[in-house]
Amino acid sequence: MNFDYNEEQQLLADSVRRFLQKDYDFEARRKILASPEGWSARVWSQLAQMGLTGLPFSPDYGGFGGGAVDLMGVMEAFGEALVVEPYLATLMGAHLVARAGSAEQKRAILPAVVEGRMKLAFAHTERKQGEKLGVVGAPIADKLVVSSGSRLFLADRADLKMKPYRTMDNMVAADLSFSRDRAEPMPGADQAVAETVDFATALVCAEAVGAMKFACDTTLEYLKTRKQFGVPIGTFQALQHRMVDMVISYEQARSMACLACARVDSAANAAERSRAVSAAKIKIADSARHIGQEAVQLHGGMGMSEELKLSHSFRRLTVAAQQFGDADHHLARFASL
Amino acid sequence: MDLNYSAEEVAFRDEVRAWLAGNLPRDLKEKVDRYEHLSKEDLLRWHRILAGKGWVAPAWPKEWGGTGWNVVQRYIFEEELGYVGAPPLIPFGLAMCAPVLLRFGTEAQKKRFLPRIYQGEDFWCQGYSEPGSGSDLASLKTRAVRENGRYIVNGQKTWTTLAHYADWIFCLVRTDPTSEKRQEGISFLLVDMKTPGVSVRPLILMDGAHEVNEVFFDDVGVPAENLVHEEGKGWTVAKYLLGYERMNTGRIGESKRQLARLKEFSSGKLNDVRFRDRLSRVEVELTALEITNLRFLDRMRRSGQPPGADVSMLKIKGTEIQQALAELMMQAAGEAGSDEFAAALGRRYLSMRKTTIYAGSNEIQRNIIAKQTLGL
Ligand SMILES: Cc1cc2nc3c(=O)[nH]c(=O)nc-3n(C[C@H](O)[C@H](O)[C@H](O)COP(=O)(O)OP(=O)(O)OC[C@H]3O[C@@H](n4cnc5c(N)ncnc54)[C@H](O)[C@@H]3O)c2cc1C
Repeated sequence: MNFDYNEEQQLLADSVRRFLQKDYDFEARRKILASPEGWSARVWSQLAQMGLTGLPFSPDYGGFGGGAVDLMGVMEAFGEALVVEPYLATLMGAHLVARAGSAEQKRAILPAVVEGRMKLAFAHTERKQGEKLGVVGAPIADKLVVSSGSRLFLADRADLKMKPYRTMDNMVAADLSFSRDRAEPMPGADQAVAETVDFATALVCAEAVGAMKFACDTTLEYLKTRKQFGVPIGTFQALQHRMVDMVISYEQARSMACLACARVDSAANAAERSRAVSAAKIKIADSARHIGQEAVQLHGGMGMSEELKLSHSFRRLTVAAQQFGDADHHLARFASL
Repeated sequence: MDLNYSAEEVAFRDEVRAWLAGNLPRDLKEKVDRYEHLSKEDLLRWHRILAGKGWVAPAWPKEWGGTGWNVVQRYIFEEELGYVGAPPLIPFGLAMCAPVLLRFGTEAQKKRFLPRIYQGEDFWCQGYSEPGSGSDLASLKTRAVRENGRYIVNGQKTWTTLAHYADWIFCLVRTDPTSEKRQEGISFLLVDMKTPGVSVRPLILMDGAHEVNEVFFDDVGVPAENLVHEEGKGWTVAKYLLGYERMNTGRIGESKRQLARLKEFSSGKLNDVRFRDRLSRVEVELTALEITNLRFLDRMRRSGQPPGADVSMLKIKGTEIQQALAELMMQAAGEAGSDEFAAALGRRYLSMRKTTIYAGSNEIQRNIIAKQTLGL
């Protein structure tokens, strides 16, 4: 047993964290959000240079053949810094291409993704047939993987009619309409979607854990420095216990994120994998809500301020709790498996 | 024991309900229903409609426009306002500054300010909190120095709701920094927002809304006649206001309305037992709070005493219920993509986090109950 990252994983996580601290502080992020595009091409190419866009893909396409555990530290760092670039969306698209694409599709797409030349998105949830909802990264993706019935298709962004918007946590997203006419079918599908969605769910768990860590750290710091009644508010026992519960919530969530990532990489079968991912997502949704709400509350008025990074972490945690199915959804799935 | 309203009270409720239904402008109601931002004009329009009917300040003495209703009638009225989905009546003038003036103001102050508050001619805001003084309000630093018949005010207020709409601000200021008990150096001052040296900077909240502000005072000259009560008695004034009979602290009517709406637009989700259970639990909490509120009201009616720390309990439960409903609404909207109504529900969830922080945080309310009711 060993719950530490191995040396490579730790080095990567550290260098990503250093990069984000230097080039992606709250001010830098604010500027990116204020731009009409809502993402930074410069940041994207740096992520690619660090090897992040190639991490989970086969060396045949220039990647590093990593798994969810290898990505976990990266996602935690992204969650702490609230990265808005469509990293997960791109990984999902490419993950599907790697599993369900033709040899030709893989050759056309995977190296481009690895090298940071192409961004993808996955359009899955639908309102009714052909109308996809809430596709994160769609307005800036070069290509989209679109599910239709039990099949998968590849489409150029330019061929899709989109209604772009920003999500509650400031990601670029779109609703879009899709018809099979102008799209390329992908040969495989079957298990690919379930695998990719579990993979992405495990990564969202890790990302949420990073956002929880920030929320806990910054609240602890606030309790030690904010003074009322002549003393730091952290001296009030009523608040100490609340802070302790937040930290317990965080540790429990991180444990479940570890479990989900490990099972995504090496579960004996699909049921075992999905059960672990659902269990993790239930815990993460509960902790995200608990930690987010408490962090805001313990900051008093400051917690409500859009000028404080915490309020953005709160939004991210609120969305993460619902992303790829909320706690209710995963409770039902967990109980059925 | 009889949990029901008397026949007269029911008749009163029906009269209020019918009048509100007939007089709440449809466009305002629709805006409220869509959880849209309400402009100053929207707020004042509804204020003036109620003023026209003579119902905008039921609790005031009759000579100043009050209705003479008893506490139960006032409670019924306020809950009906929430239940019909009317724009909120902004409390700073009607329910904060006015009661203070009625209790402590001079005749001249009452004559000058009360009619304008009643008619919605002056918009008021509340200048209590400062960057260093929130829960610990008595530590406030904004300084007022008396010279030649005026106070010169310097300092900063923060979180000031709707200061950008306001004509006037009532402030707690420090007039005597040397007094041994820090509460004794505080005074209650009325400041015209147009006075040179007053400036307002927006503070954007996490839902993106501009609702609160920072207010800066830079050598602001305030005529001494704008002092309320005596110099150094500001804390007495503030405490009076805290204990002032506020019937609708629990926001029962408003929450009942949100619950009904939630059931309406989450009908698809009601097959989901998990969602339905959570919704039912909130409904039970709300029912319990309504009865608790009525019990307190009954006690108040019979004892003639102000509600005291009971209000804290209503604040705690009322805000928790409001937040739970807002959260269920957001969850009911589910994956709704670019849908504007779903986005509004999401913003509302974010915004409602404020309710357990402002007007005395729920932690401070618990401290009050622990100290005042339980003697801990
Ligand atoms: C949307 C909004 C609107 C507002 N509008 C106005 C307005 O119009 N006018 C105005 O004057 N103010 C207004 N306020 C300010 C509000 O009254 C304060 O935010 C509130 O009093 C809390 O103070 P604080 O923000 O300084 O938090 P702090 O007092 O710093 O509190 C931080 C945390 O510590 C807790 N805490 C503090 N002391 C104790 C204790 N002794 N025991 C246990 N826990 C404790 C608090 O509950 C909170 O969780 C508004 C605030 C908000 C968010």
